[in-house]
Amino acid sequence: MNSIFEPVIGLEVHVQLNTATKIFCGCSTAFGATPNSQTCPVCLGLPGALPVLNRQVVENAITAGLATNCQIAPRSIFARKNYFYPDLPKGYQISQYELPICEHGWLDIETDNGGKRIGITRIHMEEDAGKLLHAEESEGGSSLVDLNRACTPLLEIVSEPDMRSSDEAVAYLKKLHQIVVYLGITDGNMEEGSFRCDANVSVRPHGQEKFGTRAELKNINSFRFVKEAIEYEIDRQIELIEDGGKVVQETRLFNADTGITRSMRGKEEAHDYRYFPDPDLLPLNVDSDWIERVRGELPELPAAKRQRYQEQLGLSDYDAEVLAAERPMAEYFERCTALHDNPKACANWTMGEVQRGLNEQSISIGECPVTPELLTGLIARIDDNTISNKIAKQVFDQIWQTGKSADVIIEEQGLKQVTDTGAIEALVDEVIAANPAQVEQFRAGQEKVLGFFVGQVMKASKGKANPQMVNELLRNKLKG
Amino acid sequence: MKLTREQAAQVAKLARLDLPEAELSKLATQMDAILAYVDKLNELDTDGIEPMSHAVPMDNAFREDQIKPSIGLERALKNAPAAKDDCFQVPKVIE
Repeated sequence: MNSIFEPVIGLEVHVQLNTATKIFCGCSTAFGATPNSQTCPVCLGLPGALPVLNRQVVENAITAGLATNCQIAPRSIFARKNYFYPDLPKGYQISQYELPICEHGWLDIETDNGGKRIGITRIHMEEDAGKLLHAEESEGGSSLVDLNRACTPLLEIVSEPDMRSSDEAVAYLKKLHQIVVYLGITDGNMEEGSFRCDANVSVRPHGQEKFGTRAELKNINSFRFVKEAIEYEIDRQIELIEDGGKVVQETRLFNADTGITRSMRGKEEAHDYRYFPDPDLLPLNVDSDWIERVRGELPELPAAKRQRYQEQLGLSDYDAEVLAAERPMAEYFERCTALHDNPKACANWTMGEVQRGLNEQSISIGECPVTPELLTGLIARIDDNTISNKIAKQVFDQIWQTGKSADVIIEEQGLKQVTDTGAIEALVDEVIAANPAQVEQFRAGQEKVLGFFVGQVMKASKGKANPQMVNELLRNKLKG
Repeated sequence: MKLTREQAAQVAKLARLDLPEAELSKLATQMDAILAYVDKLNELDTDGIEPMSHAVPMDNAFREDQIKPSIGLERALKNAPAAKDDCFQVPKVIE
């Protein structure tokens, strides 16, 4: 933290929506197809082709807006952003400018310094550009253009310049990422570019109200790089000013290999987009019925789940946060609690054995061989004292491997816990008789020897004796 | 003149037009005349009238999110001056 300068950070996030088709034509958005095989006159920018808006894109924009506390504009329009680049066949990008679909939202973030509300200026819909591939050097230096991605729907989510540290920027970004993935409107894959971030960074002397000149950082495709790029840029600007220089407004590219940002001069000169309303697309009116229907269909978001897990299910803040973090995990857990009324045990098993198994095999919760039905079948047998926790872990592994229910495995292998007092008493007597020295120690006041006896009896019972009963019986008998 | 020669040159640059000096002057004069003509609209009192973005009183034309066949690689590349490896080939772009 510099004592003289304060950083000011705003983020622009591009979220690629997971609709089946493009925003203005019926071409597929599937990833990884042969270049240019998913194109048509509209997304190729052929003269005379007319765009028609994909209703699902609007639906998703409203969803994102409501989940980030935005006001949904009853009327919004599309605009052309004019510039030339080979990946943009029409010579303009269809976006929204003056009247975006969502405005005035916010998200609450948490960092080590406490909570903070970050404003969201606007969310608008736009089309993506194509992809440039660079031919081999030996090919005489040409570039190749794949327009499969052209016209893929994006939401651009613009924050207020409310962040004052790289930590706040990362916290905001993670929160936003979590929400859009929860909403199911994007796959959120940062490496494939489904969630891309540009950061506007400036610095100003503490106490000064006016913002400093900002640099726009591009090409940041992971949370870690966001932190690195912003920190590098803050230091660069402070050093520049301290050396008597001036920050110039420019676009800078972050290089993940070197960890530095460098100027992209040249692309900058014609920063004159001449936005105007796109006459090819009609104004978009969203009435309150539409907004209220979408609001009614919003899933419960992580923050609300986390609170509910604590207040209604009695989980700790940590457990609630972990279980609510990702929607498939939260849904797995909630299915368990619906099947068996023991939220704490469901939480422990989900976060413990289930998560461990998923990690070991690098699979997602959706692929977990131990379904909520199978898991709660197991927990029920612990809760009714049929098996101990220790045996339950063995049974869990076998459920994982065989897909058989806990009841079947317990039955087949005779793992039922011994709760018959007589049977346990016999084992306790045997162990006491076989270990007179330890009996003496216990009677001389060495309480911890009890653990040794419990271990011996459990071993003799092959783990099947009820541990509480063993404990009680041992205490009674050892007292003599 | 409302439109300066420099503004005309900037518009030409943004449109990637390389105009000889004589033509630029001629076009600047013509554009100026067009702007002066359109400027006549400013004489109307439009207070309290909502700006229109479109000429037709319609809104909300949607399509459903259903895949339609694309036109195919061959037809997509048919008009390209140069193509290579299923792609449009363009002069090298330096990032």
